[in-house]
Amino acid sequence: MNTADRTGEGVVRLEGRAKVTGAARYAVEHPLDGCLHAWPVPAGIARGRITAIDTERALAEPGTVAVLSHENAPRLGEPEDPELFVLQSPRVAYRGQYVALAVAETPQAARAAAAAVRLEYAAEPHDVTLTGGHPGLYAPETVNGGYPTDRERGDFDMAFAASEFRLDTRYRIPPLHNHPMEPHASTAVWEGPRLRVYDSAQGAHAVQSELAALFGLEPERITVVSEHVGGGFGSKGTPRPQVVLACLAARETGRPVKLAVPRHQMAQIVGHRAATEQRVRIGADGAGQISALAHEVVTYSSTVREFTEQAATPSRTMYASPHSRTTHRVTRLDVPTPSWMRAPGECPGMFALESAMDELAVTTGIDPVEIRLRNDTAKEPDSGHPFSSRRLADCLREGARRFGWEGRDPRPGTRAEGRLLIGTGVAASGYPVYVAPARATARAEAAGGYRIEVDATDIGTGARTVLAQIAAEALAAPLDRIRIGIGNSDLPKGPVAGGSMGTASWGWAVHKACRALLRTLAEHSGPLPEEGLSAHADTSDDVAARSDAYARRAFGAQFAEVQVDMDTGETRLRRLLGVFAAGRVLNARTARSQFIGGMTMGVSMALTEHSTMDAEFGDFAERDLAMYHVAVNADVPDVQAYWLDEEDQELNPMGSKGIGEIGIVGTAAAVTSAVHHATGVRVRELPVLPESLLPGLAEWRRPAVV
Amino acid sequence: MRTFRYERASGDEAAVAAMAASPGARYLGGGTNLVDLMKLGVESPDVLVDVSRLPHTSVEHTGPGGLLIGAALSNSDLAADHTVRTRYPVLSQALLAGASGQLRNAATVGGNLLQRTRCPYFQDPGKPCNKRQPGTGCPAREGVHRNLAVLGASEHCVATHPSDMAVALAALDAGVHVLSGAATRTIPVTELLRLPGDEPERDSVLRHGDLITHVELSAVPEAAHSLYRKVRDRASYSFALVSVAAALETEGGVVRRVRLALGGVAHRPWRARTAEERLLGEPATAEAFAHAVDAELAPAEPLRDNAFKVPLVRNVAVSALSDLAARQSDGTARLPEAR
Repeated sequence: MNTADRTGEGVVRLEGRAKVTGAARYAVEHPLDGCLHAWPVPAGIARGRITAIDTERALAEPGTVAVLSHENAPRLGEPEDPELFVLQSPRVAYRGQYVALAVAETPQAARAAAAAVRLEYAAEPHDVTLTGGHPGLYAPETVNGGYPTDRERGDFDMAFAASEFRLDTRYRIPPLHNHPMEPHASTAVWEGPRLRVYDSAQGAHAVQSELAALFGLEPERITVVSEHVGGGFGSKGTPRPQVVLACLAARETGRPVKLAVPRHQMAQIVGHRAATEQRVRIGADGAGQISALAHEVVTYSSTVREFTEQAATPSRTMYASPHSRTTHRVTRLDVPTPSWMRAPGECPGMFALESAMDELAVTTGIDPVEIRLRNDTAKEPDSGHPFSSRRLADCLREGARRFGWEGRDPRPGTRAEGRLLIGTGVAASGYPVYVAPARATARAEAAGGYRIEVDATDIGTGARTVLAQIAAEALAAPLDRIRIGIGNSDLPKGPVAGGSMGTASWGWAVHKACRALLRTLAEHSGPLPEEGLSAHADTSDDVAARSDAYARRAFGAQFAEVQVDMDTGETRLRRLLGVFAAGRVLNARTARSQFIGGMTMGVSMALTEHSTMDAEFGDFAERDLAMYHVAVNADVPDVQAYWLDEEDQELNPMGSKGIGEIGIVGTAAAVTSAVHHATGVRVRELPVLPESLLPGLAEWRRPAVV
Repeated sequence: MRTFRYERASGDEAAVAAMAASPGARYLGGGTNLVDLMKLGVESPDVLVDVSRLPHTSVEHTGPGGLLIGAALSNSDLAADHTVRTRYPVLSQALLAGASGQLRNAATVGGNLLQRTRCPYFQDPGKPCNKRQPGTGCPAREGVHRNLAVLGASEHCVATHPSDMAVALAALDAGVHVLSGAATRTIPVTELLRLPGDEPERDSVLRHGDLITHVELSAVPEAAHSLYRKVRDRASYSFALVSVAAALETEGGVVRRVRLALGGVAHRPWRARTAEERLLGEPATAEAFAHAVDAELAPAEPLRDNAFKVPLVRNVAVSALSDLAARQSDGTARLPEAR
């Protein structure tokens, strides 16, 4: 066996060639005879009711086949996510919500027909503005991920009051948007009583189950194909309205229908990271030892569905903190429903916690790496369980060594090159180890080789390749003997590609099926039957049987160097270095790509990404990639990711932790701490823009200019 | 479906005639802005007259040290022109600070001048905008206006002109050759683009069918000591928050010639004549630069979220002029900006 086929090696993506040559087909690239195209009509008010729809002009547009609205769309069954209950009511819950759909022979005709639909509304006063003291704030039953809304340990107020050092700060993060390269897109085909859907989704089974509820079908009669997906960052983790619209339109017209969400509609439609206001209070002694930690989060959801970003949860697990209070409050605004965006909860929460840790380091005069080491803990504070593995300290030390942290002058504003002020910063990162039950099939084929099937989704992460590696290793077979099928709801059920749990969950089932196949093969004598020999696996019992005596989490440390132009307040990253401990890394090439991708997104969050809720109209002002600033190559000149060997027997047969999200966690705090080190200006509201720094930079500029 | 006709103009006169035949026609250059606006429903021409293949793609030397630049030349090609890089570095730098490599390859000189504002309300047909639909109002004043104007705006419009190139051309007093019907005229670039006043729908003084054929630069000796500095939210591919085009010639530490234009602050590139006049004959010091720029910015009327632009453009202008002064006093006067 070639060692390059084993897990851990940097095997190139199996579908890489198909992708770069265009052979790989995405959701709306499947050629279908007689296919129609749909274009959604977004609501033009932020709250109210549609009083009239005039489709006469739209229907008169050449090429228009149908215009659907709540007046004529087929009735749907009740979905789990009410955002999918499209065209069922005249109510408008937020500006941009889909209220009609034009279906035509070409995308251009559909767009023109959509523009010709005339809507009249009875608008009602709307409220789209989150404030710290919003009267609608309440404590939800749980927050995203099923975590408790509030947690109390010890006596925070007493311990905080008694602390030698007391820090009380507030951090703000603006709305952030998932903008995968491939927009949310679907093709729907009714084949008699069966429905076939090509959907850009992070989990075909999740789409199948919602469509079954909506259209009153047995799930077995629906096939959802998500073979190639051009990114998602969480926003394709649940079905989106476009897949329901495509299915409705296909049923109404009796023809296949394609629908790709236009880029400028995405901000309102595909979910986003809700803005958060986070208050962090830390009480510590002169040695930097934390005794009291409070992390209180205020955020919003829509009136359609409750979604509460669980941003206080990192403070329950990161540092020893005998007295702790963590809370979430949410208010319902007339805005689109927020949802998952890379590392929900962890990413925004760690920006606040790690920024506060840097402020504590500055206040106590303790090195920022050292203060984290002093508050390291072998037991998860919230649960009291020992970590199955936790190499945070090693990540911090190894990162400091590689980055050249030693000897850093902690005083702000001590490094300058011409008009550039230079600074460095550090932050810890972490992410929970999730796993979900999955099924898989492994088949030894009569003609030789193996066929592996699991409804996994590769959204660009390299999942397909890693699963093939897992199979090759479990079967002790060369990689080129493995054929793998994923991204199809007809295959054995697997969970969504989300929560950084895909590879662990699907891989466990693949591993189990391959081992079962080896046993079956060992018992078999003679040539294989024509249909080959198959083994099926279901990890439900294995996942349930995992010991709950451990806390499981991946850890890391991020080090950033930035430069700030003292005249303009422009901040640019110089270098970013992350060291992670995330169990066994199964494919060095795709893992590195995941780490640096997450880190790059974190730089983007720190320095460029933000959107503005327009209070008058109720939509986001930055709706395309020219206005919504995602970091470009020139913004990330030097990003390096390393990982430590980590053996952990309490995870799964591969010994892996998830790596898809941890890269973004902590990065923004490392960057803003570096900005503080460069300038002495503490930015507590993201992103760091020129106007964030200009007032504070005045003292650094040449005397003549002050 | 909204259909339109595409015509490739065979020559200047044919282009002008095609436009005259249809009030809904638009000239098509690189299409990097117009086509986007068509997709958004902001523009819906019935005829596109493609002038990108007209034979105006050269940079010709004219009489006493000037240049005649073809309007169909790409932004990339103009930026790379050797004479432009050495004699008018401010122009080359401004071009290279704009957009992305792909866009600069497609965008033309004429189209760059006439690109539309990126104000979010202008680009959204679902909202009021006096520029797009006169008389509907300007929500930007109270709404989202972080990157809109602080100088020369009106109650009807606070849009900014997004071009980098035009800021450099304004500093250089470029002339724009316009074919108007059968007549050719030359309009100073500083007068081509206008302030919004009570006609915000008019970005420029051009009338329907007017065709930009060339941009002319006269000899500007001090342009050899010039630079363009742009402040933006990310390192590439974003519009200027503010920008500065500056040229300076000093003698014995005294300002002999100075040119200053500001970008990202107004409905057109803002030629800072007040500052220039104040500086002539003054010592080339940061204090003098600061006082002059302050006088220029005195009439600024920033909005709630763009007040930062005033100190920002002041800092950048003072710093740019100071750098140019320093280069001349330390003997590096004749060296163009290294790029």
